[in-house]
Amino acid sequence: MTETVLSVKNLTTHFFTRSGVVKAVDNVSFDLAKGEIMGLVGESGSGKTVTGFSLLGLVDEPGRIVSGSITLKDKALTSLSNAELRRWRGREISMIFQDPIATLNPVLTIGRQMRLAIAAHERTSARAAEDRATDLLSKVGIPSARARLDAYPHEFSGGMRQRVAIAIALLHRPSVIIADEPTTALDVSIQAQILQQMRVLAAETGTAMIWISHDLAVVSSLASKLAVMYAGRIVEQGPTATLLRNPRHPYTAGLMNSLPAMTKPGTPLKQIPGTTPSLLSLPPGCPFAPRCQRATAQCQHDPELTIHGDRGWRCFDPVGHMDEVSS
Amino acid sequence: MLGFIIQRFLQAIGVMAVMSLIVFCGVYAIGNPIDIVIPPEATQDLRDEVIRRLGLDRPLYEQYFIFLVNLLKGDLGRSFVYNIPVLELIGGRLPATLELVLISVVSASVIGVSLGIYAGYRPESWTAKTIMAASVLGFSVPSFWVGLILILTFAVNLGWLPAGGRGATIDIWGVAWSFPTLDGLSHIILPAINLALFKLAMMIRLARAGTREIMLTDTIKFARAAGLSEITILRQHLLKLISIPIITVFGLELGSTLAFAVVTETIFSWPGVGKLIIDSIAVLDRPVMVAYLILVAFLFVTINFVIDLIFALIDPRVRRGAAS
Repeated sequence: MTETVLSVKNLTTHFFTRSGVVKAVDNVSFDLAKGEIMGLVGESGSGKTVTGFSLLGLVDEPGRIVSGSITLKDKALTSLSNAELRRWRGREISMIFQDPIATLNPVLTIGRQMRLAIAAHERTSARAAEDRATDLLSKVGIPSARARLDAYPHEFSGGMRQRVAIAIALLHRPSVIIADEPTTALDVSIQAQILQQMRVLAAETGTAMIWISHDLAVVSSLASKLAVMYAGRIVEQGPTATLLRNPRHPYTAGLMNSLPAMTKPGTPLKQIPGTTPSLLSLPPGCPFAPRCQRATAQCQHDPELTIHGDRGWRCFDPVGHMDEVSS
Repeated sequence: MLGFIIQRFLQAIGVMAVMSLIVFCGVYAIGNPIDIVIPPEATQDLRDEVIRRLGLDRPLYEQYFIFLVNLLKGDLGRSFVYNIPVLELIGGRLPATLELVLISVVSASVIGVSLGIYAGYRPESWTAKTIMAASVLGFSVPSFWVGLILILTFAVNLGWLPAGGRGATIDIWGVAWSFPTLDGLSHIILPAINLALFKLAMMIRLARAGTREIMLTDTIKFARAAGLSEITILRQHLLKLISIPIITVFGLELGSTLAFAVVTETIFSWPGVGKLIIDSIAVLDRPVMVAYLILVAFLFVTINFVIDLIFALIDPRVRRGAAS
């Protein structure tokens, strides 16, 4: 059994808006081992990003973590004050975002932004900080890194900017990196390069990763385990290989069926009927029931998490067969 | 960069040329200064003599041409009323306006931006709401009324500060300044507050709007995710990102306040250029009016040029745009 670095138990984050309570993250639990890559998959608005921000303690107003616990390296993050939490962010847990053009500050040089990130946690000489920044930039694949420290973000391409952001996130060798769709805005060829690089870096530094994506195909090539989110909850989780071979939750099965690669060329693409429900007015019971062809009267109640070996799902009437679940 | 400077310089010359023409024609169109300069009982011979000496007998285009030639020589003409070179007249009044305006615009900006950032950073707090309510007041209360109330309160009723004038001055480089003496400073306070209120309100609103917008961007979220402290984020990231609109408005306000601090200077009998131009208009002192308006145009052109340079310094994207 490998060492668990991050353990999330029953995490629930709500947004208290004027029109009501938005249950963005509802009772989410998972564990992450050292160096492990977990894919967090779901449609837009399923609560993936809010889960990521909750882990960092950076949920924007009027949102709040209402219950649950986040334990990072035996430290309960949910019980820390903001000032204490800040000392963990960037050092033990960091995050990269979808749009590299928006994340870097356009009016500060790359070197300055990296020095600020280093200075947030350590006192080093300017020289040492520069060496560290250069080292990381080369590691993420930026040529002539030392010279590029004086460059501004607009002098880099989108892919290069994302590499810079990744280098900043790696500056303190955090135990966990949350990657919020970092390759979605990039070209497919660049995407593949960055995925490969992230995998190597994670293995090298022992950094665990939560890779947030709506693209099942991208995540499955990277992550060793998957968690599928729907309407703020994890509806199914398990090792990537067995989960993809034998999905149990109808939503996971629907997601896989709607991948273009799963459809015979020339036939219409399959899709899951209906749209994601508004998190403001979730139907009672299973949130997927209105879109589910297998829904029965039973689905008016909330299904509990069924755990079977390393797999878990929330469904009364799962697809596939129990005996095929374990690999 | 050099190309950018040359381009701006040529533009400035064009603006100045057009401005001089408009001003010259405009001033020519109003009133007849002869009626004011020469007493009604003067003889016709004397009238003709004065008209000829002032050059008013020539056609407009010729007068303008003479004015341009003299302008290039650095001569803006002599005042009809004071009979001294206009530049000397304006130069003698300018320091008074300069110190008053600089003190008020700079302090309004520093205080306004700080308050605005706070109000944008904690928009729900009571302090922020109080600041914003006060800023509406700063916008909507007319300047002359505030000036009168300031005098009434602090000069008449409380007697803490003088009601007008420059107070004691000290000569630096042959120019009289009020701010280095305690007495002069006490004379500056009230008019400076009067001038600053509107600008303070505007700076608060600008800084608040910028802060609210920037604080929601991924740039700030990313900085927070990297563990930067809030004060570092405000100082290193936010301040530079919100500075461009603030510097633009700072420049425009500096220019327009230098040129048109008339109301405040009149209320507080501050012997600055604003009062000079109002007096000159009243007596149709054409050379002073023309010279003053051209200097104002020059002032704006210069300020805008400096602001563009500052933009290029702050924002590398502007620098690249300017180079290409």
